[in-house]
Amino acid sequence: MSDKTKDELLHDHNNDGVNRRGFLKCMAWAGTGAFCVMQGGVLKSYSLSRLSELNTTDANGELSFVQISDSHMGFNKPANPDVAGTLKAAVDKINGLSAAPEFMLHTGDISHLSKPEEFDTVDQILKSAKPKDVFYVPGEHDVLNDDGKQFLERYGKGSKGAGWYSFDKRGTHFIGLVNVMNLKAGGLGTLGHEQLEWMEDDVKHLKSSTPIVVFAHIPLWSVYPEWGWGTDDSAQALAYLKKFGSVTVLNGHIHQTMQKVEGNVTFHTAASTAFPQPQPGKADSPGPMKVPADQLRSVLGITDVNYVQGQHALAVVDSSLA
Amino acid sequence: MRRSVFIAGLAAALVLGMGVFGTGRKGSVTRAQQKPSTMEVKIDNFSFGPVTLTVPVGTAVTWTNRDDIPHTIVSTDDPKAFKSKVLDTDEKFSFTFSKPGTYPYFCSIHPKMTGKVIVQ
Repeated sequence: MSDKTKDELLHDHNNDGVNRRGFLKCMAWAGTGAFCVMQGGVLKSYSLSRLSELNTTDANGELSFVQISDSHMGFNKPANPDVAGTLKAAVDKINGLSAAPEFMLHTGDISHLSKPEEFDTVDQILKSAKPKDVFYVPGEHDVLNDDGKQFLERYGKGSKGAGWYSFDKRGTHFIGLVNVMNLKAGGLGTLGHEQLEWMEDDVKHLKSSTPIVVFAHIPLWSVYPEWGWGTDDSAQALAYLKKFGSVTVLNGHIHQTMQKVEGNVTFHTAASTAFPQPQPGKADSPGPMKVPADQLRSVLGITDVNYVQGQHALAVVDSSLA
Repeated sequence: MRRSVFIAGLAAALVLGMGVFGTGRKGSVTRAQQKPSTMEVKIDNFSFGPVTLTVPVGTAVTWTNRDDIPHTIVSTDDPKAFKSKVLDTDEKFSFTFSKPGTYPYFCSIHPKMTGKVIVQ
């Protein structure tokens, strides 16, 4: 995309009706990662490939963090024979951000086949990132063969159930959800009754002015159910968040950036650090998309999020690894 | 090798026996004279092909994952009639269907992928 306006998505919830035209659905610029900046009430999203053009007030806020996703360590097919290399490139990108993000979220598919050495490699690579705290939720590739036991042992300290949890950072409430367990034949991602009950209780006592960030692997909105890109019981989870002025939902799984605003909720999916997947319905299947080697890094990326107190939403910036 | 011949012989004798002493269904003897058959299901583009496979009792069905993404073959029944480990590219899983019935299954990683084996 050559047009800068297409690299920046600004959703202003404070200004009802200006940017919120019912359902705003943006197929964001194929081929970038995301830098998210939370600037009170405004969810901003910048292509990381355009990051150098951002001025500091665009990129700064009270809180900034990075989302990475779908590292698929262990994947070695033609779509990307060097997923360790591209994850390292993502870390370099993160370390190069002008405002050092406070922490990272990894929205799952850390590994490709749930092998211990795959997790080890990711852990090793992420150690060189400036942000030291990483908050994980599992992808379906992280819970193969053992119902997520290994994932919980490695990343689930202090979590509930299959690995869900919440925490607060500078007034923003973060909720990590697990929607890749106990998948049913013919169905989509699922949260399950126990997790939903926990979530209802978790947000019950929060003030409605508290900015909420929900992160989970499979999208919590219906991106493309034909390919399993959605979560069967996500509507229930979102219903618990209706009272909040600012809700941002960050997902992975679909290996491309996409955004949608629905009422008080901004949905955002991050690019993969490993390989791209086709746009919904634009291929026979959601399998890895092979792009020319010199273009691969432009379709992988990271997401940086920045929050400024006093307004209601997050600014999300995607950057490619190119 | 010798062992498998022995087992095949035993199976043939068993089926023959059923033919003689059992219901005497037509075709039992004919089937007994054939080797136990094998049928293939290929996984391509996140789908099972064929989606529905009809086989005679005793058939071994082999699934081959030809995608760049891992898949599983898991029975939808409770209790599960069969469950593969995760199949990476070109890996296979086989299961021999010894009882008639309809066996729905899916990929537990990509649950939109479903198929069934009808055993007659």
